Amino acid sequence: MSFKFTEENLKRIEQSRKKYPTALAAVMDTVYIAQEQNGYISTEVMAEIADVLGIDKVNVLSVVTFYTMYHTKLMGKYHVQVCTNVSCMLRGGYEIWEQVKNKFGLDNMQTSADGKFSVEEVECMGACGFAPMIAVNEDFYENLTKEKVEEILDSLK
Amino acid sequence: MERIVLPEIENLHDINVYLANNGFEAARKAFKLSTDDIIDQVKKSGLRGRGGAAFSTGLKWSFMPKTTDKPKYLCINGDESEPGSFKDRQIFEYNPFQLIEGIIIACYAIGAKTAYIYIRGEYHRWVKLMQKAVETAYEKGFAGEKMKETFGIDFFCDIHVHKGAGAYICGEESSQMNSIEGLRGYPRVKPPFPAQRGLWGCPTTINNVETITNVPPIILKGWEWFSKIGAQRHPGTILFGISGHVNRPGVYEVNSGTLLTELIYDYAGGVPGQKKIKCVIPGGSSMPPLRGDQLEGVRMDAESLKEAGSAIGTGGIMVMDEDTNLLDVLLRISKFYHHESCGQCTPCREGTGWLEKTLKRIKNGQGTSQDLDLLIDVANNIEGNTICALGDAAAWPVKFMITRFRDEFEKYVNNEVSLPVANKVHSMRNSEVPLAAVKK
Repeated sequence: MSFKFTEENLKRIEQSRKKYPTALAAVMDTVYIAQEQNGYISTEVMAEIADVLGIDKVNVLSVVTFYTMYHTKLMGKYHVQVCTNVSCMLRGGYEIWEQVKNKFGLDNMQTSADGKFSVEEVECMGACGFAPMIAVNEDFYENLTKEKVEEILDSLK
Repeated sequence: MERIVLPEIENLHDINVYLANNGFEAARKAFKLSTDDIIDQVKKSGLRGRGGAAFSTGLKWSFMPKTTDKPKYLCINGDESEPGSFKDRQIFEYNPFQLIEGIIIACYAIGAKTAYIYIRGEYHRWVKLMQKAVETAYEKGFAGEKMKETFGIDFFCDIHVHKGAGAYICGEESSQMNSIEGLRGYPRVKPPFPAQRGLWGCPTTINNVETITNVPPIILKGWEWFSKIGAQRHPGTILFGISGHVNRPGVYEVNSGTLLTELIYDYAGGVPGQKKIKCVIPGGSSMPPLRGDQLEGVRMDAESLKEAGSAIGTGGIMVMDEDTNLLDVLLRISKFYHHESCGQCTPCREGTGWLEKTLKRIKNGQGTSQDLDLLIDVANNIEGNTICALGDAAAWPVKFMITRFRDEFEKYVNNEVSLPVANKVHSMRNSEVPLAAVKK
C-alpha cells in the first residue's frame, strides 16, 4: 500500500521546511502531518517522508521510534490518554485509569475491534494543578471526578 | 504583591490590550541601547533562569561570542516536562506577547537572527495559541523583517514554534537542540556549551519561557526596581505550581523568598481535611523531597532551598498528606524516569530500570531492608555518571526519599532475608548499615 501526501499537506511541509536551515529539522513536523493524514506511521509512510524531505529513511525511523507521540500502529478514532504521574496519582489518577480501561475492556495501548477507542497510560501532561486529567486526542479534560469521566467517555461517538 | 509575568489584566493575550498596557515599549527602549548595555542591565537585575538551574541570565547571554561568522540562535525552552510543573502554559495562554517581546529583546542583545520556541507536543492547544500569537506579531510588525520599519532599526529576527513529540528528556537543553535539528533527543556532552556550539554547530542561547518573559519589565522599569523584589540573591517573582493534596491547586506568582508554608496554607488553601503534611517536593519530581517537619521557615528561593536540603527546580510544589503511601509515590517517580531515560548512558539506562524493579519487589512484599541500601547504592552509581542531569534527577528522589523517610520504608520491607540474597547484596555494597538478620 503506497502512501502519498495530499497537495495541501505538501504545502504545509514546505512551510515547515522554511523554518529551518536544514531539511532534516522539518522531520518532526512532517511526521505529525503524516500521522494526521494516515493515522499512524508505517514503513511506506516513512519512506515517503524521507523522499519528500530528501533525507535518509533511517533518519525518519530514528525519530519515529524515539518520540512517544508518534504511533507505528493504528490507534482508535478516540485515543484516550490518562495521566497517572505523581500529581494525578495523589488525586485519583489510577482510579480513573482503571475506570477507563474497564469501560472499554482494553489494556494499555490497545485499540477496540471497531477501531473507535484506544487507551494509553501517559506520563505527566503538564496539568498537575488541575489533576486528575485525561486527554482525548488533542483535548485536555481537567479537574475530573469519576462521574465526569463517565460523561466524557459516553459523549464520544 | 506585584505580578510581573502574569499581570492581572483581562484579555492580555489580545495584542491590542497588550499594546494599550505598555506593550513593546520595552523593546523600543531596548533598541536604543547598545547590546552590551542590555546584557549588563539584565545581569545587574539579578534575573536567574526559571527552568531549574537558576543560572544568571545576563551572564549566560554574555557567553555568546561577539565576533563570529556563523549565525546565532535563541532557543526558548517551553518543554515543561517535569512532573509537577505547569507554569509555562499559563504564559502561552495569558501573556504570549510579553514572551515575544522578551524574545526580540534577547535576540537583539545576543545578536541572534532566529529564535525557536520549543513547546512540548502534548500541549497541542498551547502550541496553536502560541503559533497564532507569533503570526499576529509578524502581521503587526513586531517580528520578522517588518521590525525594521516598526522600530526604525537595522535589525530583525524570525520566531518559529517547534512542537515536541513527547519526550521528557527534550527539556534538557542539549537534547532539545538535537530535537530541533530533527534528531533523536539525545543530550550532548558538555563542553562545548551551547554558546560555543549549539544549534547546527552555531552559537546558541537557551532560556526558559518564564525567564524571557521577565525581560521586558526589567528593561522598562529598570534593573534596580527588579533587583529589590523578593529574595536578594534570587530576585523577582516566581511562578509556583502547587499540586497534590491542597485545597486550591494551581499556579501562583509570588515574590521569591516567600515562605513555603505561606504558599501551601494561604495561597493554596491548606490540606483537605486539615490533615498533616507528610512530604513536600518543592521543585518538580526530580528535586529532593522535604519531610513535613522540615517545612517551617523554608523560603522559596534557590539559596534558601539549598540550605533546607532541596532545590528550587521549576517551582513545581507537590504536597502529600499524612495518609500518602510514599512507596507508591517513589515507585511512580522511578517508573517515570525509567520510561524517560533516553538510553544513551549505561548507568541511567540500566540503573533507572533497577530502581523501578527493586521498588516493585518491595511493593510486592518481597523486599528486604537491604533492598533499601541497594536502592541508595544504585542511585549513587547513577548520580554524576551520566551525560545529562536526568541521571541525577532519577537518583535524587530515591536517595533522599529513602534517607529522609527511612522509618516509613522500613515498614514496607522484611528484615529477614535469605542467605543467598544477603551474600549477593553484601558483596555489592560498601554500606556501614549492619546487615539484617539472616533467615535460618
